[in-house]
Parts: sequence; structure tokens; C-alpha cells
Amino acid sequence: MTDLATLLREKYEPVIGLEIHAQLNTRTKIFCPCPTDFGAEANANTCPVCLGLPGALPVLNQAVVEKAAFAAFALNLHINEVSVFSRKNYFYPDLPKGYQISQYDQPFSVAGYVEIPTSERDEGGRPIAWQLKRFRIQRMHIEEDAGKSLHEGLPGSSDASYVNLNRSGVPLVEIVSEPDFRSSWEAYDYVQYLRRALLYVDACDGNMEEGSLRCDANVSIRRRGSDRFGTRTETKNLNSFRFIQRAIDYEIARQIRILEEGGHIVQETRLWNEREARTYTMRSKEEAHDYRYFPEPDLPPLVLSAETIAALRARVPELPEPRRRRFAEAYGLSLEDSTLVTTTREAADFFEACVRASGNPRAAFNWIANELLARIPIEKLSLTTSPVSPEALAELLALVTDGTLSNKLAKEVFERMLSTGKPPKAIVQELGGGQVSDVGRIEAIAAEVIAANPKQTAEYRAGKTPLFAFFVGQVMKATKGKANPQVVNEVLKRLLEPPQ
Amino acid sequence: MALTIHDVEKIAQLANLRPAQGELTRLAAQMRAIVEYFDRLNELDTTDVPPMAHCTAVGDTALRPDVPHTPPGVEAALANAPEAAYGHFKVPRVI
Repeated sequence: MTDLATLLREKYEPVIGLEIHAQLNTRTKIFCPCPTDFGAEANANTCPVCLGLPGALPVLNQAVVEKAAFAAFALNLHINEVSVFSRKNYFYPDLPKGYQISQYDQPFSVAGYVEIPTSERDEGGRPIAWQLKRFRIQRMHIEEDAGKSLHEGLPGSSDASYVNLNRSGVPLVEIVSEPDFRSSWEAYDYVQYLRRALLYVDACDGNMEEGSLRCDANVSIRRRGSDRFGTRTETKNLNSFRFIQRAIDYEIARQIRILEEGGHIVQETRLWNEREARTYTMRSKEEAHDYRYFPEPDLPPLVLSAETIAALRARVPELPEPRRRRFAEAYGLSLEDSTLVTTTREAADFFEACVRASGNPRAAFNWIANELLARIPIEKLSLTTSPVSPEALAELLALVTDGTLSNKLAKEVFERMLSTGKPPKAIVQELGGGQVSDVGRIEAIAAEVIAANPKQTAEYRAGKTPLFAFFVGQVMKATKGKANPQVVNEVLKRLLEPPQ
Repeated sequence: MALTIHDVEKIAQLANLRPAQGELTRLAAQMRAIVEYFDRLNELDTTDVPPMAHCTAVGDTALRPDVPHTPPGVEAALANAPEAAYGHFKVPRVI
């Protein structure tokens, strides 16, 4: 049987679409003032509205509308001036009302896209070749989360399930992509970017372990060159980047194997099992729900005037990909480097402040990437958390540029900046001054070294050139390592030249 | 629109109801009457009337400020539960 890589290259093409649920990071729930904090005592964050008690009425949270708008702008979505909440009806113990308030035929926003770098990876997970690709987003609507069912871990779990409704009514947006991904790594890069963009606009905390970002993947396979879609499966509840990528790859391989054996794909919902690294059938299409959507009578349509939408748009910061491109062009950074310093909005602010203060983007990048990020993870780097301010780092870079400090000395000064918080110039003073670049002083020392070592001098002049390093070492020793190496080289070359 | 016994069975299933066999005919007749009543609306010419989801859509929607209240508490939350244990609602096992 032909191997998978060859089949993918020559015969089959995967078609992937993603549905992502992102929790909006508001203080209160979508339709009631209950707090949304994670980890509260079970059922403590509940009230008649989110418990679904009869007679309780929902009122939409203003912050939900604002954060949803920011998310929409981050994904180039068009916000509808009128959107309508609908009831999605189904029975499950963690859905107390018997319906979820969602949006259906008139969603909050439609027709967006992101244009981002993406790359396949080699077997070690390293990117092979980055290219810019546009992935379209069909829609993004607003809805409430359901509660959480516990099926194990409590006494009696063998014949009972337990329900915690703290999550019931937590605000979500569901972001539905077009089926534009052709590999698991494209999907991976898209979700990474989406998380980054939502964090930039402060719409979502991006915490995947706590379920703030959950992904369902629709996967189908078709013959290369065909414009029709194959039968798709939906793999649900992928809550890490790695799971998304692995589950999609598993599903691609599983479907191709079935097609190669002459079988056909069953349209169904599947679940990813990370421990066994495979997907399982959850329910087939025959059991598919009939949700009987209808407009929510307890809520008026969400109406936003063009002025309101424009005012919200004015509050959106520069987005990660435009900012990355600007950094790449204005500061001469590679794709990888510009991606690194735009990981978070805070890190990008820090980098840019350092560039402004130093006027030296390349040196600023190198010091941040090589020295600062060795101490603090990029996700945590910000103007307030950095152990060194951008201005202090810029001052250090200036001391390297004007020759006061060698790179080696600068690293020593940097260490002391970290441990003492003092500005670099004060530390240079404490260390007994900076690098010695004064040609006259170095000439005097070099002359002494040459006079004290007549044997080596004679041998060097007779052609034993490797001895040059010996003289450099002696001069550095005499200056306690502070002599500017370039000046030392230049002076020694001149003084050691055999007399003409 | 003619509503069949089969439609009634499906709606009952979706609503988690199990009507007795004899009841289905009676329910079908009642539901048919309701649906036919709505059919009368179709006799009106609504060509120039835009569809609306709600009768109060005027101007920007009134919204609630994002300020938390102090919830009534776990005990109050579970007070009406048919069964509760360990601070949770207890329900028949679902998976």
C-alpha cells in the first residue's frame, strides 16, 4: 500500500474547517450579574437567571457587546447593525433552561478573514517554509455557555452525574471559519494567531487549560483537483494547540485509509482521546439533534448604530499581524524575529519602547531575545514586569555603541542591572569605569608588554604569527580585561610590525 | 400545512414526552387546529412588511453594566433541586 505522504501529495487533499468557542473575559455573565471567576466553589456563582428558574429574565451585558466587537474587528468581520438572539433547544442536565441562548440566522458578525504566515513542519516540528495565506471566517456569533457535568470523582459517580452551573451563562463567541485549511499545521497556525489576536484586543484571556478557548475541527478528504467536498467528521472539544494538530492528522490518516480500502466516510461527531492518540465516535448523523431554533422572545434584537460601531472600532489597538509586518519592514526583522516580539501586545510595546529609546532596532532585538528572554518568558514580558526598563536597556546599548563597554562587559553590567535595578552608568562607575578605548593608554601598555617579552617579540617578528594571541592576552591582563579588543588588535599589529 | 401523527410523534420525542398511543390522534387534531389558525395569517399580503424578530427594536439596545452582584449562594441555588449532594445538582448518570 502506498504510504500516506505520497497519497497526500498525489491523490488526496484534506479540507478542514474550524469552529472555535472563545470565552469573553468580562467580569459578569452574559445575561445576569453573577461573577465569572474560574475556580469558585461549585454553584456559588449562580442566580435565578443562570439557574433557569421560571420568571427570571435575561439582560444583555454591555461588556459582552464591546468585547465581541473588539474580537470582530480583530478578525476583520463585518458587524451587523441588527443581530438576533435565538433559542437552541436540547435536553442535557447542564443546560438548566432546556435551551441555550445563541444566535442563528442573524449573527453578530459575518464575512471576516485573517492573513497570516503559515508553514508545514518537519519531523522535529520545525517550520519548513513560511508563506502568507488568507483564511476566511464565515461568521462570529454571541452565545452563553452551559454548565459543567461531572461524571467521575465524587461518591456515587457510578450511577449519578453531578452538575456545577458556575459556567452557565458565561459569555462566549463562536468563530466559524470557512473550510480553508489544507493541513493540520495551517489549522494550528490559525488557532495560534486567533488566540494572539483575541489577547491583543483584550476580548479573551486565551487560557486553554481553563477552557477559555475550545476548538471543534471539521475534516474531510477529497481527490486532488476535485471541487466537491467529501463527507466530513467533526472532532469536538480540542483544548490545546497540539491536540488540534494531532487530532486533525489522525482524522486525515483514518479517512484516507478508509477510502483506500474502498470504504466510505460516515458523517459523525468524534471525540479526541489524547492518551490513546486517536479519535472515537461520539454520535452519528442519525442521532443528530433538531435544535428547533427560534428568536428569543425574552431579549430584543441587538441593535448597534453605525456611530456606536465606529466608536468601538476607534478603541481597537494595532493588531498582531499588521504590527508584525510593520516591525519586519521598519526595523529589518525576519519573519521569525518579528513574530517573536509581537507574541503579546505587552511584549511588542516593550520592544518598541526600547527601539524608540535606543534608535537601534537590531541591538534592541538581540538583547531582548538573547538576554532578557533568558530570564522572563515572552508571555510575561511587559513594561511593568520587565526587570529592566526599555530606557535602561537603551542606555546600555548606547554604552556598547560608543565603545565604553565591550559586549562581554555589557553582559556583566546587565547582570548587575538585573540584581540591583541600578542604571547602567552607575554600575559602570562602580566597576571602575568602562572599557578602555583610549589609543594612547593602550599604546603605552602594549609597549611595556613588548619590552618585557623580548623572546616572544623576536619569534613573532621572525614569522611565528600565532604568538599574536599571547600579546593580546598580556595587554588584556594588564588592563583587567577592560581594553577595547579592536583597539588592542590595531595597536599591537602596528607596534609588532618588524621595523622596515 | 397538514400535521401528521408522525410529526406529533417527532415533536413529542424532541420534547422528551411519551404520550400514550390513544392520545396521539387527539393531540394531532389539537395541534392541527393551532397550526391552521396561524395559516390564516398567510392570507394577509405582507409583501412590503419587513420580517421582525421582536416588537421593541428601536434604537440602540439597552444594556446592563458589567458590575458583579453577590449571588444568593450555593444553598439557595440547590434549594429547589430534586436531588443535590457535595454542593452539586445530582442527576441520573448521563454517560
